[in-house]
Amino acid sequence: MSELLLELFSEEIPSRMQKKAGEDLARLVTQGLKEAGLDFSDVAHYETPRRLCLIVDGIPEKSSDVREERKGPRVDAPEKALEGFLRSTGLTLEECEIHDDKKGQFYVAVIDREGRSAEHIISEVVMNVVRNFPWPKSMRWGTSRLRWVRPLHSILCVLGGKPLKFIVDGVAADNVTSGHRFLGAEQFSVNDFADYRQKLEEHKVVLDGAKRAELILKDAKALAKTEKLTLVEDAGLLAEAAGLVEWPVVMMGAFDKEFLDVPSEVLISTLKSHQKCFSVRKGKSLANKFTLVSNLETKDDGKQIIAGNERVIRARLSDAKFFWDNDLARPLDELLPKLDEIVFHAKLGTVGERVKRLESLSGLIAKQIGADEMLSKEAAKYVKADLVSETVYEAPDMQGIAGRYLALAEGKDASIATAIEEHYKPQGPTDAVPTEPVSMAVALAEKIDILTGFWAIDEKPTGSKDPFALRRAALGVIRIVLENNLRLPLKDVFQSARSEFSNDPKLLDDLLSFFADRLKVYLRDQGARHDLIDAVFSLGGQDDLVMIVKRVEALSVFLATDDGVNLLAGIKRAENILRIEEKKDKTKYASDVNEALLKMAQEKALQKAVGTVSSQVTSLIDAEDFEGAMGELAQLRRPVDAFFDGVIVNDEDADIRLNRLALLASIRDTALGIARFGKIEG
Amino acid sequence: MALNMNDRVLQPTKSFQDLILTLQLYWAEQGCVVLQPYDVEVGAGTFHPATVLRALGPKPWNAAYVQPSRRPTDGRYGENPNRLQHYYQFQAVLKPSPPNIQDLYLKSLEAIGIDMSSHDIRFVEDDWESPTLGAWGLGWEVWCDGMEVSQFTYFQQVGGFDCSPVMGELTYGLERLAMYCQGVDNVYDLNFNGGEGDNRVSYGDVFLQAEQEYSRHNFEYANTDKLFQHFKDAAAECNALLEQGKGTGSHGGHGCVLPAYDQCIKASHLFNLLDARGVISVTERQSYILQVRDLAKACCTAWLETEAGGAQPVEAE
Repeated sequence: MSELLLELFSEEIPSRMQKKAGEDLARLVTQGLKEAGLDFSDVAHYETPRRLCLIVDGIPEKSSDVREERKGPRVDAPEKALEGFLRSTGLTLEECEIHDDKKGQFYVAVIDREGRSAEHIISEVVMNVVRNFPWPKSMRWGTSRLRWVRPLHSILCVLGGKPLKFIVDGVAADNVTSGHRFLGAEQFSVNDFADYRQKLEEHKVVLDGAKRAELILKDAKALAKTEKLTLVEDAGLLAEAAGLVEWPVVMMGAFDKEFLDVPSEVLISTLKSHQKCFSVRKGKSLANKFTLVSNLETKDDGKQIIAGNERVIRARLSDAKFFWDNDLARPLDELLPKLDEIVFHAKLGTVGERVKRLESLSGLIAKQIGADEMLSKEAAKYVKADLVSETVYEAPDMQGIAGRYLALAEGKDASIATAIEEHYKPQGPTDAVPTEPVSMAVALAEKIDILTGFWAIDEKPTGSKDPFALRRAALGVIRIVLENNLRLPLKDVFQSARSEFSNDPKLLDDLLSFFADRLKVYLRDQGARHDLIDAVFSLGGQDDLVMIVKRVEALSVFLATDDGVNLLAGIKRAENILRIEEKKDKTKYASDVNEALLKMAQEKALQKAVGTVSSQVTSLIDAEDFEGAMGELAQLRRPVDAFFDGVIVNDEDADIRLNRLALLASIRDTALGIARFGKIEG
Repeated sequence: MALNMNDRVLQPTKSFQDLILTLQLYWAEQGCVVLQPYDVEVGAGTFHPATVLRALGPKPWNAAYVQPSRRPTDGRYGENPNRLQHYYQFQAVLKPSPPNIQDLYLKSLEAIGIDMSSHDIRFVEDDWESPTLGAWGLGWEVWCDGMEVSQFTYFQQVGGFDCSPVMGELTYGLERLAMYCQGVDNVYDLNFNGGEGDNRVSYGDVFLQAEQEYSRHNFEYANTDKLFQHFKDAAAECNALLEQGKGTGSHGGHGCVLPAYDQCIKASHLFNLLDARGVISVTERQSYILQVRDLAKACCTAWLETEAGGAQPVEAE
C-alpha cells in the first residue's frame, strides 16, 4: 500500500477560495480513484496561498481485476441484433459464451478487465481534475489553454516515493516544489508527505491553514497581553489572514491617540477591511494599537514592516477621521434632502420617498405593538440619513452604526439612536432581533415596506433567485414578532403599508401565503411538525403569527397524549364519513341536530357532550387559551369512541341518517375552532 | 539595484523623476518598447491604445510607459495629502504574459530600492473589471507593508473579446509608490527632481496650482451644456470614423481604428467630467457607461480587422 502526495503549486490563490478548493481537490480525486476501481484508505488536504495539497493513503499497486458478464441476444436472434451486441462488447461470436435459461439459449459476453496500475490511474485522474477544476472564477495566462485560479506553475505528484511524471497542458508533474517566496524560494525534491511537510517547514511554509490560524491567534493574543491589552477576536479576519501568508509573523503597531475620537466600530472596520489588521482593546475601550500579520521574518524584527503599516494606517485613519468630523459637523436634518436623490428602485421611488413611508408605517406599527408612536416616527425619519454620510460612503458596513453615533452626538433620544442601528436587524437567521419597542417598530416597518413594495411591483423571489433578500425580510418580521411576542395583524399592516393591498385581495393572499411558507420553514427548523402547521394554516385568515404558533404548540402537546391520538382518529373518521356522504348527496351538512331523532344512548351522550364542549372551546379560544381548548376537546374522546362503536351512521331511515350526519358535522365544526384535523398525519 | 547611466546614478528613493526613469530603464531591459504618454486625456493607463487595443489579437507585445491619469471626481483642491484629480501611472504590459512575470515584477521593486528581505510583499486578490471597456481580468493588488503599490492583472477579455494570448498588465501608482520610497506622508512634499536646498523642486511646486485650478474646473466651472454636446459629438465621430474606415486599410482590413478610438476615450473623459459636475443622475449614469462601452467594443472589433490586430490580409478581388 502506498501514499499519494499531490501538490498543485500556483501564484497566489485568493484567501477566501482556498479551503473550498482543498475540499474540492480531495473530493474530485478520490471520486476519480473510486470510479477507476482503485482503493484507498485515508485522505487529507491542506492549502496555502500558493498550494493545494492532497494526501491519499493506502493505495494498492493496481486496481482490482474486474470480470463483467453481459447478457446478449438469444442464439436465434436476427443478424442485426447480434452484430450490435458484438460491436458494443468488442468480441467475436466465438469468444462469447452460450448460457441457458427458461426461455432458451442466449449469448453472454464475458469481459475480463485487468486491473490498471495505480500510476496510470492517478496520472489520468489528476490530469482530468486539473483540467476541470471548479474554481468560482478561473483564468488563462500566457499562451496556455489551461484554466486555473491564477497561473499554475508546477505539480508535485509522488506515489510510494516515486515521482509520477506527466504533463497537463504544459504544466509538468514531478517530485519538486519550492518553499516560501522570499524565505525559502529554492527548489527541493520530496519522497513522501512526512518529508514534504518537514522540508516545507524548513523552507518557511506552514502547510496547514488551521495551524497558521492557530499560530496567528496565539501570537496575537500573547503580543496584546505583553502590553496589557486584549485582542478583538474576529474569526472571519483570522481565516482571511491565515490565507494570505505561508509563514505568519505577528507584529504590533500603533496609531495616534487622536484617532480614538472616531467611533470604535469605524476604526475596527477600517483596520480590518482595508489592512486586514486586528484591533486591540484596553479594558473596554479601543487601544491606539493594531496587530498585523506579515509573511516575513526580517533581521530588524519587522521594524520597517511595522513602520510601513503604521504609515498606511495613519493615512487610512486620517481619511476616516476627516469624514467623521465632516459628518459630525452637519446635523442629520441636512442629510435628509440628499435621500431624495438616491433611487431605491426604479419602480419604488427614491430612498427619501421610502423614508416617508417608513415614518407613517412605523407610527402605525408602534401603536399596534405598544411602542411610543412619536419616537418611532422620528426614528424612522432619520433611520436612512447616514446612507449619505461621508463615513458610510467610505465604509458601507458602517450603515446604522454611524447613524447611531450621529444621532447621539446631536442629542436625539437614545431609543432613536438605537433604532437607527437596529432597524436592519435581524440580518440572518442567527442575528439578534431588536428588543427595544421603538427599534422593533422601525425594523418591522423597514421590512414590511420592502415586502409590500416588491410584491406590489411583482418582483417576488423565484426558485433560488431572491435578489432583494425578501425571504430574509419575511423571516426577520417573523422573528421580531415571535421572539418579542408581538400581536400584529399582518393583513391590516400590509393594507396600511400600500393601497394595492386593499384593492387587490389576491395580492394580499399571495403575500400572506409567502409568510405562511416562511413561517413553516422557521417552525420546522425549530422542530415543529409541518402537518400541524398546515392544519392551522388551512383554517384560513390566519395572520397573527403569535396565535398561529400558540395553536401549533397546543396541538403538538395535545397530540402527544393518549386522548389526543384517539380523538384525532375519531375526528378524522367523522370527517371522512362526512366527505364521502357529502359527495354522494352533493351537499354540505350543517350541525343542526334534531334531538327528537336521537335514538341511541351513545348518540344522545355525544350530542350532549358536543354541546357543552363546543361552547367551552369557543370561549377558551376567544380567551386565546388553546391548551385549555384542547383539554376541553379531549372530553369528546369517550363519547366519540362510544358513538362509533355502537352507532351506525347510515341508518335505513333517511331522517335518522341525516341527523347522525349532522351530529358528525357538529364534531367537525367544533374541531375547526382549533385546527383542520384532516391535515394532521397519523 | 541602481542603474548606472553615464556618471549619473539614479536615486529612485529620493526623486520622483528618478523613480520613473528607473522603471523605464528596468522594463526597457526586459525588452519592452518604452512609449511616451498618450496625448488624449484618460482615466487610467489601461486606456492607452498600447494596452487596450494591443491586448487583442495574436501578436506578441511588450511595452512600458508613464500615463497621466485624470479622475475629475478625485479632485480635492490640493487639500488632501493623498487624492489627486491628475496623477501618474506607470504601466508595463507583457503579451503573452511570461511564466516569470511575478519575479520580473518583484525585481522591478528591487530596482526602485525596495528590499525584499525587510519588506512584506503580498499579492492580495483583486479582480479587475472595466464596464466602460467591456474588459475584465484576474490578478491582485500588490501590497508592500500593507500599502497597495501596484495592480497586477491578467487580461481575460477586452471589448467583449477573449484575450489570447493573455496580456499581463502591471500598473504602478507612481505618487503613492514614491511617497512610500521617500517616506513622505503628503504627496505635495515629494521631491520631484532629487535636488537639495534651492535646487529642490517638490511635487507641490509642479502640481499644487494645477490641482486647485482643475478642481475648480471639474466641480464648478466646466460648462456642462458644452460637455454634453462634446460627448455627443465624440460618440458620433467615433461611429462615423469606424463606418468610413471599413475595408480601407493597407491590407484590406479596417483603415481608421485609432482615430476612432481617440474619440471613444474622449467620450469617456467627458463623461467623467460631467459626473464630477454632478449633472448625471444615477439612472442616466448606466446609460452613459453603456454608450462608451459600445464605442469601445466597436473599436475593438475594428482593431481585430487590422494588421496590428492580427487580421490576415484581405485578397483584392
